[in-house]
Amino acid sequence: MTSELDIFVGNTTLIDEDVYRLWLDGYSVGDAVALRVRSGILEQTGATAAVLQSDTMDHYRTFHMLERLLHAPPKLLHQLIYQIPPSRQALLIERYYAFDEAFVREVLGKKLSKGTKKDLDDISTKTGITLKSCRRQFDNFKRVFKVVEEMRGSLVDNIQQHFLLSDRLARDYAAIVFFANNRFETGKKKLQYLSFGDFAFCAELMIQNWTLGAVGEAPTDPDSQVDDMDMDLDKEFLQDLKELKVLVADKDLLDLHKSLVCTALRGKLGVFSEMEANFKNLSRGLVNVATKLTHNKDVRDLFVDLVEKFVEPCRSDHWPLSDVRLFLNQYSASVHSLDGFRHQALWDRYMGTLRGCLLRLYHD
Amino acid sequence: MPGKLKVKIVAGRHLPVMDRASDLTDAFVEVKFGNTTFKTDVYPKSLNPQWNSEWFKFEVDDEDLQDEPLQITVLDHDTYSANDAIGKVYIDIDPLLYSEAATVISGWFPIYDTIHGIRGEINVVVKVDLFNDLNRFRQSSCGVKFFCTTSIPKCYRAVIIHGFVEELVVNEDPEYQWIDRIRTPRASNEARQRLISLMSGELQRKIGLKVLEMRGNAVVGYLQCFDLEGESGLVVRAIGTACTLDKLSSPAAFLPACNSPSKEMKEIPFNEDPNPNTHSSGPSTPLKNQTYSFSPSKSYSRQSSSSDTDLSLTPKTGMGSGSAGKEGGPFKALLRQQTQSALEQRGGSPHRFCRRREFPFFTLTAFPPGFLVHVGGVVSARSVKLLDRIHNPAFVGIMSNTRSYKLLDWNSFNSDEPETRDAWWAEIRQEIKSHAKALGCHAVVGYSESTSICEEVCILSASGTAAVLNPRFLQDGTVEGCLEQRLEENLPAGCGFCHIPYDELNMPFPAHLTYCYNCRKQKVPDVLFTTIDLPTDATVIGKGCLIQARLCRLKKKAQAEANATAISNLLPFMEYEVHTQLMNKLKLKGMNALFGLRIQITVGENMLMGLASATGVYLAALPTPGGIQIAGKTPNDGSYEQHISHMQKKINDTIAKNKELYEINPPEISEEIIGSPIPEPRQRSRLLRSQSESSDEVTELDLSHGKKDAFVLEIDDTDAMEDVHSLLTDVPPPSGFYSCNTEIMPGINNWTSEIQMFTSVRVIRLSSLNLTNQALNKNFNDLCENLLKSLYFKLRSMIPCCLCHVNFTVSLPEDELIQVTVTAVAITFDKNQALQTTKAHVEKSLQRASTDNEELLQFPLELCSDSLPSHPFPPAKEHLESASSNSGIPAAQRATSVDYSSFADRCSSWIELIKLKAQTIRRGSIKTTVTVEKTSPMGEGNFRNRSAAPCANSTVGVVKMTPLSFIPGAKITKYLGIINMFFIRETTSLREEGGVSGFLHAFIAEVFAMVRAHVAALGGNAVVSYIMKQCVFMENPNKNQAQCLINVSGDAVVFARESELEVVSTQQPAANCQPACTGGEVTT
Repeated sequence: MTSELDIFVGNTTLIDEDVYRLWLDGYSVGDAVALRVRSGILEQTGATAAVLQSDTMDHYRTFHMLERLLHAPPKLLHQLIYQIPPSRQALLIERYYAFDEAFVREVLGKKLSKGTKKDLDDISTKTGITLKSCRRQFDNFKRVFKVVEEMRGSLVDNIQQHFLLSDRLARDYAAIVFFANNRFETGKKKLQYLSFGDFAFCAELMIQNWTLGAVGEAPTDPDSQVDDMDMDLDKEFLQDLKELKVLVADKDLLDLHKSLVCTALRGKLGVFSEMEANFKNLSRGLVNVATKLTHNKDVRDLFVDLVEKFVEPCRSDHWPLSDVRLFLNQYSASVHSLDGFRHQALWDRYMGTLRGCLLRLYHD
Repeated sequence: MPGKLKVKIVAGRHLPVMDRASDLTDAFVEVKFGNTTFKTDVYPKSLNPQWNSEWFKFEVDDEDLQDEPLQITVLDHDTYSANDAIGKVYIDIDPLLYSEAATVISGWFPIYDTIHGIRGEINVVVKVDLFNDLNRFRQSSCGVKFFCTTSIPKCYRAVIIHGFVEELVVNEDPEYQWIDRIRTPRASNEARQRLISLMSGELQRKIGLKVLEMRGNAVVGYLQCFDLEGESGLVVRAIGTACTLDKLSSPAAFLPACNSPSKEMKEIPFNEDPNPNTHSSGPSTPLKNQTYSFSPSKSYSRQSSSSDTDLSLTPKTGMGSGSAGKEGGPFKALLRQQTQSALEQRGGSPHRFCRRREFPFFTLTAFPPGFLVHVGGVVSARSVKLLDRIHNPAFVGIMSNTRSYKLLDWNSFNSDEPETRDAWWAEIRQEIKSHAKALGCHAVVGYSESTSICEEVCILSASGTAAVLNPRFLQDGTVEGCLEQRLEENLPAGCGFCHIPYDELNMPFPAHLTYCYNCRKQKVPDVLFTTIDLPTDATVIGKGCLIQARLCRLKKKAQAEANATAISNLLPFMEYEVHTQLMNKLKLKGMNALFGLRIQITVGENMLMGLASATGVYLAALPTPGGIQIAGKTPNDGSYEQHISHMQKKINDTIAKNKELYEINPPEISEEIIGSPIPEPRQRSRLLRSQSESSDEVTELDLSHGKKDAFVLEIDDTDAMEDVHSLLTDVPPPSGFYSCNTEIMPGINNWTSEIQMFTSVRVIRLSSLNLTNQALNKNFNDLCENLLKSLYFKLRSMIPCCLCHVNFTVSLPEDELIQVTVTAVAITFDKNQALQTTKAHVEKSLQRASTDNEELLQFPLELCSDSLPSHPFPPAKEHLESASSNSGIPAAQRATSVDYSSFADRCSSWIELIKLKAQTIRRGSIKTTVTVEKTSPMGEGNFRNRSAAPCANSTVGVVKMTPLSFIPGAKITKYLGIINMFFIRETTSLREEGGVSGFLHAFIAEVFAMVRAHVAALGGNAVVSYIMKQCVFMENPNKNQAQCLINVSGDAVVFARESELEVVSTQQPAANCQPACTGGEVTT
């Protein structure tokens, strides 16, 4: 006796959250059944393995049929075929677009291309995430990227509107898209200590302050080249950053800056002497990062540079985070007192964001 | 030209890409009704076209309005080649034809293609302007309301229940026409869909005409079925109960009862007056006692001549009363008198009985209180027919001149063609009627008909519950509740229906009678089987449960007559065993009555399957069931003995456990109170030893312990062993779960509002190697049990919950395939029942209050099976004693005295009897008839607030579907019309669509979606009495092909939450009550 056909169709589509998770995690039906058996569900419900097998198959089939709709979540809301309560729809979408921290760290900042997709095998082996799940997550990134790539307006809003994600998840996707678009390097060994959350935090700050959309310069000419308002860094701004060079190139200015900072921080900083000794190096590092951002290559290496030039020196001197904060605050504020420096607004736009990023990046 | 149909095509969305080059579609729409077609403009390059067309107007006869569906086809415009069809929408406009229902159909309909499934949606608005036509000879029956619901619809009141209406129409099946060889599968499927739609429309119109002739205005319990007979054609048939319904003014009033009884009296002036009744079932003819006498008016003469070609092996094997029904000439009169007088007594005054209806059948399964007086038992009849044996001149003629699948002129051939099928059914119905009479009943309730077809063999089945009805409802229809008081004077509430309607001295079958455990005045049988729902006022102890008997029998493959013979030889054995199984399982559950009994016999190439489902309950009025005793054949063998006693212990344990599980703890009754002068009928407890050669020389052995009779199973071979084992293998549902196949679960009445309707289908392939009856039985049993287990597991999140209206359908699509389809609804309930009870009391007192007017309502009986003068009710019926011990009738049918050792003996004698009978039966058809279990009348009782459960708040905006006639926690405020849809889906890329499971899963989901869309377009938010009548699945994996036909129906309704009705301000509970409200579907 073999089962040829075995289906269950409810007027309200039944969604089992546990099975959905297993499906999303890319387990085969067999593996999923084994995992469910291990969870002790048979003992709880008095069911048999055959029942579990049939149930799992059925849910997998349902999910498979729903997957097409999940690729364009608004379709899931408007379709008539599966009657699903709104909360369940939200859950389906949210879970489908959720991703693994380990996975996203691997592909963050990489080009979402076929080439990267080929590397998913390795990522799967490395992270222990099934290849199927890797593919789903990668395809999600790519799909979201494709849809919002050409759109104007707020990146987060666009993502939310077209994928109906929660605010939290939409922000994460905005970060992923932003990183993929700017190809920030995140995979270097010295960046391994950083979490996705760290990068997402930085991405949000950068989107808010360093992109075209950030300054509210909606292009009046619809044919203008600058369509991707939230995706691309403001080229003009990056160009302008060269002007900051003077802060380290002009020795007087540099000295003045240093003395201002030291005066203000004397006695307040546990690591004052180290700071004093390192000030010029640190300042040169931060300003040089800014001036190099006109080159794509250097944009990509932004995080590598920040870690190398700032985080690591401070960390080797064992600065506590509170001292880093005090220093950065004073470091950016003191510039306002430099009479010979004319680019205050530019400095604030740059340093305001950078300060936030650095504080987030500064941990073990 | 009494009608104008107006259609507007608004927009489309989610259309498929039809032009690969542009990834877009140039869509336009064809709107067709009858022979008129309109087209919209092409809306270029869009997947979401906005046509916003003008109003397309069709001027048509109302006859066409009823028959024809509106056909909307969406196409992709192609400049160079033929336009590609994207898909179609069929809209049944019948709901627009009667006043109270929907006024407009407007909404998004899924665009359906038989090859690709749903491909986008289209927004359509449909209206009808109907001009009144007073033509008496009209062919249309606009305005007659149809309900699938098998009870009086919730917001109506029955003024009169007129009775049975039936009709059938026949055409050839487009799939089997010569043209099918050259046309595409899509064209063929669409031809079929359209034809069936057309035939259903016509059928409904004809039924409507009959109802109008009876002066009714509605059909309740409308059941329409298709018989796909293959080469010999396509039969669409329908049965229903004609009623005159009155809309209740206030939907809030649950039992408006007799508030204004005078009104309907005026409206329905003595309906027994000679209606100008030209109804085809003919003027009343005196009832004949012979089963096969037909009223001349129906032109059966033709049938009898043509039936020479039929086979004539017709063992008429009654389950019990079959035999009695035949021969019992003398006592019949007595029975009739009693029935008559029983009615008389209630009626209060002598009436002139007017028998206008040929068949006093009712498709209803639930009734207004007081309607049902006594229940006699289940009556059923089956008949095996050969389909290729039709030599109907009319049919042949049609075959030759119908080259297109367009419908023919129905008037010309309708009168002749369906006659054969009509005659077949008439025969069966006659049979049923005579069985009912044998049980002293003049009516059959819970009546249904079905067929099973395999190749050219067809089994026709009909079953129902013989009953005595209160004449009042048949005529003046008075209203729920009015009669209660009076009935209670005569029959204490909750047990009246159990009292036997037949004469104790001349019982149609051996039964064990006792005094009613409730009122102690009248006799009741020991077990009661019925096809109806539990009456609302029946007194039940504990909860009920689903009981199934499952059975397979191998048969040799054979052709035509040989095949039919083989089948009809097997049928009685199957009926017998199914009955035995039911009885055993009932006892094992410690219960004494079955409701909603449905026995399905399915015929396949090489086997027969029997599946009986029913809901077991413990009726307080009936005696406590005895246990089951096991007896070994060889008592000397020590180890064997031990084994037996072990089994016995297991059985006893199971019974005890079940009693606990279902909370069956009837009050102990002392002997004195019962005062039983009733002698224990012997045969119930006797044990037939295997050495006995015939039932006459039975060695009797009293195994009964105390008063309670034991049910003895003798284990003498492996077969019997298997049977006992299988009894014990039925696993009870996990805790928190209950299941039943009736509308509501006896013993639970505090439903909450969460419901989940579902359909589950399983097909198993049997390994052809070891096909034995035992292996088959085991496979089938496992299939059903596993299916149930899966359901319990899947729905575990709803605990505590009950699976209601569990409906199993078995089919045998191929040699080694068994397909089981289950549709049911899971309803959650609240464990705390306190609130309910108080509510029930209030309602009851309300009912009482309304009884005062009742005296006013005295009308003659309309439905009554004969015209004898009335007698006063013999008040001393119960004096008759000890009548039941006459055992001349073969005991095989006796439910209670089954033992396996003597089975063979009894069968042989039984078969002899059958043979004798067969000779007396006119040659002409193969027929097996089975009748009767037993029964008694139903009281009225527990469940008065089946739909009055308090329920959690919840939102609307979704379309609920349920096989029940109500929605828990909500009131139905409006019926919008019947939904009756037929779909075909075919694929030539089965693997790509996820194999057979993926294919069927998607199709059923699509069917649900289309039903919901139609309901939403009518302005409704639920489908009640939903039923999947057919799910025919065929596959050919080698060719990567599959095809499936599905037929569903139900009533579209608008419901409002009770909380919303009470409190005007309804908050919109959002995400927190999710489980209660289904789906985020947008139904605009």
